[in-house]
Amino acid sequence: MWDNYAALSPITAKQLGVTSGDLVEVSTSDGAATVPVFLQPGQAENSVSIALGYGRTNAGPIGTGIGFDVTPLLGTATLNGARILSGATIKKTGGSHEIVSTQEHHALDDEFTKELHLKRKIVREGTLAEYEKNPNFLHEEKVTYSGLKWAMAIDLNKCIGCNACVAGCNVENNIPVVGKDQVANGREMHWIRIDRYYAGTDAAPSLSHQPMLCQHCDNAPCENVCPVVATNHSPDGLNQMAYNRCVGTKYCSNNCPYKVRRFNFFDWRDRFADGYYEEQPFDLVHNPEVTVRSRGVMEKCTFCIQRIMEARQHATEQGRELKGTDVKTACQEACPATAIVFGDMSDPKSEVSKYRAHTLGYHVLEETNAKPNVTYIARLKNLGE
Amino acid sequence: MTSLDYTIDPPITTRAVTPAEIDSAIAAPLDRFPSKRWWIAFGVTSTMLAGGLATIAYMLYEGIGLLGFNQPVAWAFDITNFVFWVGIGHAGTLISAILFLMRQRWRNAIARFAEAMTIFAVLCAAIFVTVAHLGRPWLAGYLFPYPNQHALWVNFISPLVWDVFAVNTYLTVSLVFWYLGLIPDLATLRDRTTNAVKKLVYSVLSLGWRFSNRHWSHYERMYLILAGFATPLVLSVHTIVSFDFAVSVNPGWHTTIFPPYFVAGAVFSGFAMVQNVLIIVRKMFKLEHIITMKHLENMNKVMLLTGSMVGYAYAMEMFVAWYSGSQFERFVFLNRALGPYAWAYWTMVSCNVVFVQLFWFKRLRLSIPIMFAVGVLVNVGMWFERYVIIVTTLSRDFLPSSWGHFSPTIFDFGIMMLGFGLFFTLVLLFVRFLPSIAMAEIKAVMDGAQAKH
Repeated sequence: MWDNYAALSPITAKQLGVTSGDLVEVSTSDGAATVPVFLQPGQAENSVSIALGYGRTNAGPIGTGIGFDVTPLLGTATLNGARILSGATIKKTGGSHEIVSTQEHHALDDEFTKELHLKRKIVREGTLAEYEKNPNFLHEEKVTYSGLKWAMAIDLNKCIGCNACVAGCNVENNIPVVGKDQVANGREMHWIRIDRYYAGTDAAPSLSHQPMLCQHCDNAPCENVCPVVATNHSPDGLNQMAYNRCVGTKYCSNNCPYKVRRFNFFDWRDRFADGYYEEQPFDLVHNPEVTVRSRGVMEKCTFCIQRIMEARQHATEQGRELKGTDVKTACQEACPATAIVFGDMSDPKSEVSKYRAHTLGYHVLEETNAKPNVTYIARLKNLGE
Repeated sequence: MTSLDYTIDPPITTRAVTPAEIDSAIAAPLDRFPSKRWWIAFGVTSTMLAGGLATIAYMLYEGIGLLGFNQPVAWAFDITNFVFWVGIGHAGTLISAILFLMRQRWRNAIARFAEAMTIFAVLCAAIFVTVAHLGRPWLAGYLFPYPNQHALWVNFISPLVWDVFAVNTYLTVSLVFWYLGLIPDLATLRDRTTNAVKKLVYSVLSLGWRFSNRHWSHYERMYLILAGFATPLVLSVHTIVSFDFAVSVNPGWHTTIFPPYFVAGAVFSGFAMVQNVLIIVRKMFKLEHIITMKHLENMNKVMLLTGSMVGYAYAMEMFVAWYSGSQFERFVFLNRALGPYAWAYWTMVSCNVVFVQLFWFKRLRLSIPIMFAVGVLVNVGMWFERYVIIVTTLSRDFLPSSWGHFSPTIFDFGIMMLGFGLFFTLVLLFVRFLPSIAMAEIKAVMDGAQAKH
């Protein structure tokens, strides 16, 4: 501030018909001084505060003539006495004075510019009560899940790569059998697969495998690109497919970093009239709880939504809340090594939450910021060192 | 001492002609029974079209799995051909709208043809992106935001929805612009013909045009407005098509260079196609004095410019992939140049960047066989550009476990044939039934039409 000023609250200033920069005459019983107004939200109503020490007449090339001398307001008797005076009056004199400030005033009454520092999360604040209730309130997720949120964890130390999860999923979810020619063209329909990677040399290879399935990402790249919102997010954290709405652009599959989406290239059941599906017993093979997908639509792991819905129905019947432990996915049930854990990540005591918080836990391709919800527990090799 | 030419606009036609001669020369293919060569060409293209339609019909019956795409390469010939045809359209709009606003009057001789090609190309593109691409084409209407009792709405953050709007706007504006330009010529045809059926058709289509001063004044105003309206589309349509890729997360797609790179490529391939077709048309219909070497040379210059811009984009993609420090980006670009699709990448680079450099030399720029060959190669190269972008990125993206390889099936070539068959059939019908050069506009640039000092 180059000048001193008469700080007025915006409401008082409005009543006086003045605004920042307007010159006003402030008078007390002892004298008067002319000072520019500066709006100061938070200043008490019907009061004015002015800094002393400005308006000097002999303060060198920099100090002389800066600001306004308000000592006449104090009167000689009180020069060394009280600095808080009552009974002052303010009168608009006309004219204005340019006040230069390094921080511009942010009006509180303009909806457009109001509280931008809060809207933009530059300044983040809370209340003591809020903090005492939830010390982590500042770091809550952007997408808030009021209740249960499904998540999975896969312990790669336990996984033996046996493919039982794949078989379990196939049976549970009516995964089409597509035939050798289609698999040769990369059209297998499995919702979960065991990815196998080699490292090392031919003489001393090392093997890693990793069950891979839809990661039910919080920030799912597939959902953004679907033109018809056929793939979208449920309130309990599932990335879901509305088969009826899907038109088959396949954009979701292209934009999935994990390539876990599967497209119905044909009506698999009709195409293989000479194959499996026309045989009598196969009509009865399908799980009646799961939609049989038609040709031209995309599909992928649902986290066994039919089991979740069934468990929710039972919970409702019993008049209680659905718990994370009420549901086991087909792959989880099939896993002989209990490598797959499924449950409610909103419950900090759930098993899946413990896995998510484990120091060996990680998410695949975290740098894409898809925020996947399948946590992998890094494998530790015991090399006998 | 050289004498100065004070002509405001030198005449475009290479020899002095009268307005009547122009009408006769341009309307000649419409007046006579088509030649044997036309029937042969039409036979070939309509057979291709029929083959393509049969492919589509079989795909509708059996499923789009007949095409070769797979997981992870879920887009291949469908989107390659879509982007290719949208790109072809761009030269037409550039010639008819941008060159018009810039008062490049030489464009009058080729604008009509180029605009017609725009419309045909966008129609081809629309076919690829619906019947040859969607898993359930009969539900393509879901992509339009229409009120319905299910309260379903489209996803406005998906680039595919932007595509729907971009392509439809492009088709509508191009069609209206083209038809408006046709009206005075349709009136000329109406006045020339003695055939009662033609008279009726041309009378209806020419909307009562009487060549009055008032008609011309309205026409000129409207033409200017539509040119202004079409101009941003040259940039916006392919920009939005490029967003299909740029907005995704995939390495090799997720890049900000795509919009200008795609627009330059679109103009490049569009000019190559216009140049190729015009070389044939001017020869077949003896219009060399109206579509002159100057036109061909100008188009070759535009190709040299846009081809070099595309070449710069290829170099920048490589540089930025390295400079980004992202291992995924680096891998994708090395994989393009050295991986299983290296043959496609180098076909693209040589066709789009190397051969077009011949146009630096005036002698080669004016040689019809050479410019024709370069034009064909440019379109081969631009087709491969889209193929390389789509297929190399998808075939080897983030997780090596899901890498795959795309090989086209006979049905992929079937839908590709549909594109070329439809396009050239429409071109042949166009030259047979409508004036392929704007007669009215040519009269404005012939010798004596412009004021002289």
